[in-house]
Amino acid sequence: MKILNNKKFRDILSQLLVVVGLVFFLWYITTNLLYNIDKRGITTGFDFFFDTAGFAISESFISYDDTSTYFRAFLVGLVNTLVVSFIGIIFATILGIIVGISRLSKNYLVAKLSLFYIEFFRNIPILLQILFWYNVVLASLPSPRQSINIVSIFFLNNRGFYLPTINFNGGFYLFLISLLVGFIVIYFLLKYYKKRLWYINISIIVLLPLIVYNLTSYSVSFDIPILKGFNLQGGTSISPEFLALTFALSIYTATYIAEAIRSGIQAIPKGQIEAGYSLGFSSSDIIKLIILPQAFRISIPPIISQYLNLLKNSSLATAIGYPDLVTVFSGIVLNQTGQAIEIIFITMLVYLTISLTISFILNIINKKIEIKGR
Amino acid sequence: MAVYNIKKSRKRPNIKHNYIKWIVDNLFSTPLNVAITFLILLSFIVIVPPFINWAIIDATFIGDTKADCIGDGACWIFIKNKLYMFIYGLYPQNEAYRLNISFILFFVYLGVVKYIIKILYKKLILFFVYMVVSYILIFGGYFGLESIDTSKLGGLVLTLIIATTSIITSFPFGIILAFARQSKLLVVKNLSILYIEFIRGVPLITLLFMGSVMLPLFFPEGIDFNKLLRALIIISLFQSAYIAEVIRGGLQSISKGQYEASYAFGLSYWQTMLLVILPQALKVSIPNLVGASIALFKDTSLVLIIGLFDLLAMVHLSNSDSAWLGHDIEGYVFVTFIYWFFCYMLSKYSKTLEKRFNTDNN
Repeated sequence: MKILNNKKFRDILSQLLVVVGLVFFLWYITTNLLYNIDKRGITTGFDFFFDTAGFAISESFISYDDTSTYFRAFLVGLVNTLVVSFIGIIFATILGIIVGISRLSKNYLVAKLSLFYIEFFRNIPILLQILFWYNVVLASLPSPRQSINIVSIFFLNNRGFYLPTINFNGGFYLFLISLLVGFIVIYFLLKYYKKRLWYINISIIVLLPLIVYNLTSYSVSFDIPILKGFNLQGGTSISPEFLALTFALSIYTATYIAEAIRSGIQAIPKGQIEAGYSLGFSSSDIIKLIILPQAFRISIPPIISQYLNLLKNSSLATAIGYPDLVTVFSGIVLNQTGQAIEIIFITMLVYLTISLTISFILNIINKKIEIKGR
Repeated sequence: MAVYNIKKSRKRPNIKHNYIKWIVDNLFSTPLNVAITFLILLSFIVIVPPFINWAIIDATFIGDTKADCIGDGACWIFIKNKLYMFIYGLYPQNEAYRLNISFILFFVYLGVVKYIIKILYKKLILFFVYMVVSYILIFGGYFGLESIDTSKLGGLVLTLIIATTSIITSFPFGIILAFARQSKLLVVKNLSILYIEFIRGVPLITLLFMGSVMLPLFFPEGIDFNKLLRALIIISLFQSAYIAEVIRGGLQSISKGQYEASYAFGLSYWQTMLLVILPQALKVSIPNLVGASIALFKDTSLVLIIGLFDLLAMVHLSNSDSAWLGHDIEGYVFVTFIYWFFCYMLSKYSKTLEKRFNTDNN
């Protein structure tokens, strides 16, 4: 019995017991799984990826038709998920920063309105918000013939948001590249020559594209949506599903980002602001140079986790039929092939990989900007 | 001879009731603020009156059928008519008293725990008794109560059942996972990290899909879970990872001295953790625990995707009645209000808890 009181022995024993328990559990599940798969005649393996999918997907950012493979359908879903999350993150960040700062505004109305916004949208389930935008707000928009039109270029109706596209012909890309080169040159000039040589800068940004313009021939044309028959033609359109999902995701996530920003700002000691004033900083300089750099440092970890939440919440697209990864892959493909285990496993793995990658990258950024201790 | 006269003290300046100064300071301090204030007031005028018109002035409150809804505003008769469905789902009307009793018993239990029973393990035993009693009440099958299928449960009752059950079951799992993650035993620690990071890295909806298609495959034939039980298992497993992270945050805030002092007194690992560390860690993590519970309450709405009729699903179900088509706006507004009310009350409650448990002297 003496050996049982030995701490090292007990540590090893308890870990051994955990491992044995886990192995037994996995063994139990796997045998049952194999038995059930065999009994129900479920096919296994990943061969289905190369079969023809044979179904249509309403919107996709990469080429896809009903002769494409299941793997292509998977990619379409993945890209749709990434696009909607990316756009949602951008809008949520902008809205969140605005609301978070206005929450501390000296203007009573602005502060209270931001507080109301946060308390209202944060306490309603995101799924309810998505369904509300989709089934109530966007569904009650007029039909294409009575579209709400904004300066006759943008149209909003119950089939989506229509906007013009820009067509680049000829050497337009060269023009864009020359602009880009101009900006890069100016960036380095500003960085290494502390004097602001604004006349040189302006001449670079104007002359370089002008020279390129005269050397090449290009033209730009706009494709504006026009009402033809019962629908709008031309331009490009954003589906109501996409709109509803982006609205709901960004409005919901912005409340959390706003709270993160606010608590970041409030964590700055008042002495810093007073010190800033006594050194003669203007109040906008104090916000720009003293408060925000420090506040963002505090706010970034919670904001990262909100980005990840947004990515995960984008899977609720399946409730309104936006063709994201879950709708296309765990929905349609699963129903057609019946290979639940592989499909659910891959879906989870994709989300897990994206989540871990984002948090890994942002952790590096976080490390870079954190205060270096002496 | 100089005489010293006590001078009357001056009155303090009267700034308390200066409304005009307040308005100037808070609404019109700079030109930009003036512009913003007017912009906001303008948008109030655009948004608020139409909404009040729709919800109250033009709305119909009196009547029983759709024909009574003649105004342009909301038709609250719809909600009145379907209220039973929103709260009890498809549960048989003449058995609904059973749900009410188990709901009242919950408050009786809370009262008993607060004023009569003070010992923790007795509280837990009584709670277990309560769970058994309410299970029998809800699903029947014993003592002459009519047996009721789980698919009949729905509405607010289902939402509350899923939320409370998962919060309660995930709590002990969460504590164990948090302990494991802080443990010095490498195997235990890494397994816990693996579990927590996996659950937190994937959306709940994929886990629910896993529960509805894969869970039956993991068990031998004959063991069958109904939809509700699958959802409960998955949501509890999901929530326990989040609870674990919250409690870990609390554990990390406990200073090392507490552990050392406790070991110096000769307490064992479990005594140290359960009697010294955990009570302090829980106190620190109360706000976040309530936060996680609010998140869970909102997440219960996801079960509609796997085909359970919770409160949110009732909006669609009640609109599929051919006598009451086209009232989804009223349904959404009503359901929004219920969710918002519960979540907002919970968050206010967490603020009072925070104050009550705040033992800091400063």
